[in-house]
Amino acid sequence: MRKKILELIKYNAKLSAKEIAVMLALPVEQVSKEIRAMEQEKVILGYHTMINWEKVGNDNVVSALIDVKVIPQRDVGFDEIARRLYHYPEVKSVSLISGSYDLSVQVQGKSLKEVANFVAQKLATIEHVQSTRTHFILKRYKEDGVIFADEETDRRQVLQP
Amino acid sequence: MTITHGFDPKRFISPTVKNIPPSGIRRFFDLVANTKGVISLGVGEPDFVTPWHIREACVHSLEKGYTMYTSNYGMPELRQAIASYLLDTFGLEYDPSKQILVTIGASEAVDLALRTVINPGDEVLIPEPCYVAYQPVTRLAGGVPVTVPTTMEDNFALTAARLESYITPRTKVLLLCFPNNPTGAVLDTDTMHAIAALVKKYNLLVISDEIYSELRYDGPPLSFAAIPGMQERTILINGFSKAFAMTGWRIGYVAAHPEFLAQMVKIHQYTILCAPIMSQMAALEALRYGRENAKHMVEQYNQRRRLVVKRLRDMGLECFEPQGAFYVFPSIKHTGLSSIEFAEKLLQEEKVAVVPGNAFGASAEGFIRCSYAASLADLIEAMNRMERFVARHLALNSGAAAEA
Repeated sequence: MRKKILELIKYNAKLSAKEIAVMLALPVEQVSKEIRAMEQEKVILGYHTMINWEKVGNDNVVSALIDVKVIPQRDVGFDEIARRLYHYPEVKSVSLISGSYDLSVQVQGKSLKEVANFVAQKLATIEHVQSTRTHFILKRYKEDGVIFADEETDRRQVLQP
Repeated sequence: MTITHGFDPKRFISPTVKNIPPSGIRRFFDLVANTKGVISLGVGEPDFVTPWHIREACVHSLEKGYTMYTSNYGMPELRQAIASYLLDTFGLEYDPSKQILVTIGASEAVDLALRTVINPGDEVLIPEPCYVAYQPVTRLAGGVPVTVPTTMEDNFALTAARLESYITPRTKVLLLCFPNNPTGAVLDTDTMHAIAALVKKYNLLVISDEIYSELRYDGPPLSFAAIPGMQERTILINGFSKAFAMTGWRIGYVAAHPEFLAQMVKIHQYTILCAPIMSQMAALEALRYGRENAKHMVEQYNQRRRLVVKRLRDMGLECFEPQGAFYVFPSIKHTGLSSIEFAEKLLQEEKVAVVPGNAFGASAEGFIRCSYAASLADLIEAMNRMERFVARHLALNSGAAAEA
């Protein structure tokens, strides 16, 4: 049941418990209870609005994906390095990855310079960080399954028998 | 074109064609098309786009140069895949070399089937409300359509008792379409058995249009051909439009007794030649790798169906719970409006488009068809608008009744 509720609110966070209950043929109390429980257990971490900032004319957001290579050391695992990174508010996401680099970090700043400074002064200087590789994001096409382009959504004829 | 009075094309037009009534919703269609900001629940196709892997398979086949004719019957691999699908889904065995024909949508298959078996004057029983094509196509084949009304009290299912009262010595064919457009009604196994008994008793042939078979919410898909003794008597028609969201590809198929198929393929061969190879390629991909995706779509339709039925009932419209297709068919009789009045006023006042019931036959008057093949956000907004509309008109109608 949890999975079904989550599938529904994943892209429709504004659905009410009543609507969810009808759609899943469940009692509304049970749905409300389950959602509350998932919030408490941090299964549901928040309700975000997905925004295409480019459309708002908000030009002063620069994002970069940074690959980080770490020298493995006794007693200092990847988790420790990740922990030191994810507390920075500039850091939007941190993942452990396979391949020739170890961590993938998404950083956001107001300008190219700000992001560059962050990498040079904060990120690269962390002990055990061996090297970094920075990729600035030039344009977003799709995020979390949502396509950003204004594609015509419904091309069907309005009325068919 | 220069049109002169010296030439009268009407003299040349066959009376059979001339007497087919034009689509009853043409005017309404124009009205909807010319109104801005409309949420349309009048659509008869999935709101899902054909899954990308299916579209990609078609593109790939074009890149590789598959642009030629295929066998009249359709590509052997596709027929084989259809045979496997029918076996997996309904437990029905068909020989892909002699008993399956790929057509331009289920629509062509309906035409082929009727033309193959109808003699002038033969009666074709058509449960109503029904899809708009069956009666005209029956007439074009020289047959006499005999509509068998179904009612909301019977959940718009065809009952054996009702059916039997319409059988005459001239009855040759029973044309079934369940899950049904426009009502969303289905036939359960017991009803199918009872109908099958009549089919046997009166030696009838069944043409079963099962285009909505995958969209069933009360259990797994059922085919009339799978009722004992019915397979050889049933011309089974299905297609890819609804289950795989492939309406524009125009690809369907018919599975039947080899004697029927051998005759049907002649008409197909001389009028169509073969279904387009690119659509066949896409259909093959759909059957091989798209079946799970279809299940996911059904789950989503089911959730929307529950929501829409609940909302319609809450706003005071009588609405039976449909178990198939993606339509709900509420009664609007309490509003005091005819189905066309309801649809026109709803469009003008609240900008929601639905299809008036009378488009689907006389027994569908007093109802409207709402499709829930629309995004959840649109459905919720459309229901909010309809709720306002219905509240207004129920009040108006009860006021009028009180004055009278």
